[in-house]
Amino acid sequence: MRTLDKRTKVTRRGFLKTAGAGTAGIIAVVNGGIVMGAGGAWAMEVKHLRPGSMATLVQMARDIYPHDHLADKYYAQAMIGYDASAGDDADLKAMLEAGVDFVDATASARHGGGYLSVAWEEDRVAILKSMEDSPFFQKIRGGLVTGLYNQPEVWAKFGYEGASAEQGGYISRGFDDIDWLEA
Amino acid sequence: MAQSFDMNDDSVVVVIGSGAGGGTLGTQLALKGIRTVILEAGGRHEIDDFENDEWGMFGKISWLDARTTSGDWRVAKDFPGLPAWIVKAVGGSTVHWAGASLRFQEHEFKAQSTYGNVAGANLLDWPITLQEMAPYYAQAEDRMGVTRTNGIDGLPGNNNFKVMKAGADKLGYKDCHTGRMAINSADRDGRGACQQIGFCFQGCKTGAKWSTLYAEIPKGEETGKLEVRPNAQVLQIEHDASGKVTGVIYADAEGKQHRQKARAVAVAGNSIESPRLLLNSASSMFPDGLANSSGQVGRNYMRHMTGSVYATFDRPVHMYRGTTMAGIITDESINDPSRGFVGGYEMETLSLGLPFMAAFLNPGGWGRSFTSAMDMYDHMAGMWLVGEDMPQESNRITLHASMKDQHGLPIPDVHFDDHPNDIAMRNHAYQQGAAVYDAVGAVRTFPTPPYPSTHNLGTNRMSEKARDGVVNKWGQTHDIANLFVSDGSQFTTGASENPTLTIVALALRQADYIAEQMGKNAI
Repeated sequence: MRTLDKRTKVTRRGFLKTAGAGTAGIIAVVNGGIVMGAGGAWAMEVKHLRPGSMATLVQMARDIYPHDHLADKYYAQAMIGYDASAGDDADLKAMLEAGVDFVDATASARHGGGYLSVAWEEDRVAILKSMEDSPFFQKIRGGLVTGLYNQPEVWAKFGYEGASAEQGGYISRGFDDIDWLEA
Repeated sequence: MAQSFDMNDDSVVVVIGSGAGGGTLGTQLALKGIRTVILEAGGRHEIDDFENDEWGMFGKISWLDARTTSGDWRVAKDFPGLPAWIVKAVGGSTVHWAGASLRFQEHEFKAQSTYGNVAGANLLDWPITLQEMAPYYAQAEDRMGVTRTNGIDGLPGNNNFKVMKAGADKLGYKDCHTGRMAINSADRDGRGACQQIGFCFQGCKTGAKWSTLYAEIPKGEETGKLEVRPNAQVLQIEHDASGKVTGVIYADAEGKQHRQKARAVAVAGNSIESPRLLLNSASSMFPDGLANSSGQVGRNYMRHMTGSVYATFDRPVHMYRGTTMAGIITDESINDPSRGFVGGYEMETLSLGLPFMAAFLNPGGWGRSFTSAMDMYDHMAGMWLVGEDMPQESNRITLHASMKDQHGLPIPDVHFDDHPNDIAMRNHAYQQGAAVYDAVGAVRTFPTPPYPSTHNLGTNRMSEKARDGVVNKWGQTHDIANLFVSDGSQFTTGASENPTLTIVALALRQADYIAEQMGKNAI
């Protein structure tokens, strides 16, 4: 049967080199408003939220919907809109910053450092679990449902092919090509 | 050619809504030579506007006006502002429907006689029988081009169907096939054959699937007797001192209000808006709303017992390829109270694209239990469970006490509590659905909770006696001779089958009756 190539094609951005030390290892804040991923695979400029808050939100996004075959840049893409929204909406900005503060404070109380410094996913998830009914958590989780899974760039990594009408549907492209069922 | 009727023309029949009920009724009246105006609240999106994009089309065609929910049903928790997933556009929900076209069974027209007294249920027999419906079912099947009727071949089975079929065979189910679908398996009625695109819920890009938008309404417009006015949301039905309806007030796209006069009015706005309109049309003569002497307007809201079972396998399925719902097991669609509930349910193939799967697999779910399921998306098969739910008087559409819409009218609240019979049936269906997939080696199965209601039924129900319901066996309101209900809200009970074929058959039957009554000057 026809299946999809799910491999990631590496395209390095190159202009940023290293992730900072002392974090969970993948997301860091560098000079001022730039948040970047490991190896400079992605970077974004943050104007309205504290850059550290955005880094924490991206890590939260991965911890809420962890897919080991998805690079951080897709989680960053899912969260980047909150920066502009925070610029337009003071209440949202306050909610996000307070939410990050709460996450960091909980992490500090339990592990002696901010959320990004907590090394094990299960420890970070336990922090999130303790606040999953909060409006802040529900805002982030609910937004991710479309923010992450409605990115056409991630679909192939799940084996989903997206629009098909333009290609004539699946009538000649494997709608009935399953080959492992016993007769 | 498409006609334009004067606002003061009081000889026209006004049909409110253009979906399975209204679109069919309006077209059929025009074909009979009766001058008809369909007022459609939504816009007109032709096939060129359809996109293979789940959220894109959701935003473009769904009914997203404010609604509230209450009751213990899980939809009220997961989707509190979206009790129903229906369409606000010309064609109504026939734009996004799946195409399953099943006749009700004889005993389902006699729910009270068959099931007896079920505590808490407001059961009633329909005032019509399967025998009376049979010629209209036949007419509807021919018109819609339903597969496995009229010598029309079934659709070919896709991967998702093949998994279901293999499991059904192993489990010993006898009646599993690719369904009776109003989707062309070969060219018919000027529309092509299904190209296995998927995206049935986003509007069929080839028109292989029957919809009033392109398979009915243009035929009505060609007669010169039908005008379809989009972006015309009816706010109120008016009546004269004798109690006859005289026309409607509607708002256009800019919110400007107009009065369209009418000889008769047929309400087909789906089971939330139709009772809401009758309630919002209350007057000094009808203080509880139009056609509501029984107090039943808005009550007995049904939405079918629903749920889904998805399963993951160690090898790929790619369930999203091809026709979404061309697969059914009907063995459980019987009345066998030994299972612990009355009535039955159908098991029908279903797939969602990745974006909708994220939203609906387990609403609110997160973490690795959720994402490890999503990781197996292309190894997943799925089915929808749809069965008869119990009508309950307290499940109802009411006018919100304080919240108003953009026109200043109270928005609807949709209250629903699951009946114990609904819960017992859902649990049985979850178990049997999982068993189908376990029989072919499922790794994990997922009992997925109900989506926002696509089948909204019963809120202006049909009854023999005026005190028990809102309309008679012709969909004519008991109280007002020239006021009709033409959508699924007239269903006395819900049966286990997808409702569209029955809505279309009732609309065709009602058109005959309206023409006859007009011919006799009775209305």
